[in-house]
Amino acid sequence: MDNLIASYGLPLAGGVLLGLAASLVLLTHGRVTGVSGIFGGLFLQGHDGRSFRLWFVLGLIASGLALSRFHATGMSATGAPGIAVAGLAGLLVGYGTRLGSGCTSAHGICGIGRLSVRSLTATMTFMATGMLTVFVVRHVLGGLR
Amino acid sequence: MKPALAAAGAGALFGVGLCLSGMTQPAKVLGFLDVFGHWDPGLMFVMMGAVLVHLVLYRIIRRRNQPLFDSKFHVPESRGVDRKLLLGAAVFGAGWGLGGFCPGPALVSLAGGASSTGAFVGAMVVGMALHHVVHSAKRLEQPAEGPRTAVG
Repeated sequence: MDNLIASYGLPLAGGVLLGLAASLVLLTHGRVTGVSGIFGGLFLQGHDGRSFRLWFVLGLIASGLALSRFHATGMSATGAPGIAVAGLAGLLVGYGTRLGSGCTSAHGICGIGRLSVRSLTATMTFMATGMLTVFVVRHVLGGLR
Repeated sequence: MKPALAAAGAGALFGVGLCLSGMTQPAKVLGFLDVFGHWDPGLMFVMMGAVLVHLVLYRIIRRRNQPLFDSKFHVPESRGVDRKLLLGAAVFGAGWGLGGFCPGPALVSLAGGASSTGAFVGAMVVGMALHHVVHSAKRLEQPAEGPRTAVG
């Protein structure tokens, strides 16, 4: 039972919070909760809503600071690759989310939540290449450090 | 004051949701993406919970003429699927599968102080800036093209 809660209950509860937070952003600021877009628009030219972006990102980072005190495993990047591979991953994520206009939150939660075909397509695409990448790294190359 | 508080509160709530759901743990994310190995379906429930809640609340909220602290909604009008969307999503997915982080969880995890997280976020900023530079250069090269419209 405990296992079931940890494996499926927590993800579901966390997901509900994500849905609520995205809805709160829509209700108060009328915006899509796309973390890549909110964060990128903070330092790239030509984006409005700077104050909203700044406060949202600060809230996000502050929640991490607060949570790291009593849920250290959730913050310690367990299972992440070494610095070099993590850097390459970050580069791809940064470039790809700008080119594809969104990440897991913008397309996967908000986009699918408003039944956008564009976002559903994007989500299926990044899930597919994510799975393919893990397959190649784990089962073809035998892991990367 | 109120708009800032709402934005920070939503950001914090989003961060708690990411942490609780397991999205901040690359081991879990990679386990979810490892469909050809020991697949861990747990994170499917994250999207299920989030989408179901937002599906209902989105419709209710959009009945309003405007959001509480803005004069209009900034929700993108549905456009067709284009090459940029597919290519961008594909590149993002490759990075997600390589690092086990997507942007939100990486920012939340900064507090953990792991060097991998720092490297990921730093490189993510570089990747975003790189796209910005390449994209701006392309626009300068083709001034006659006019506003970009998606091809369905």
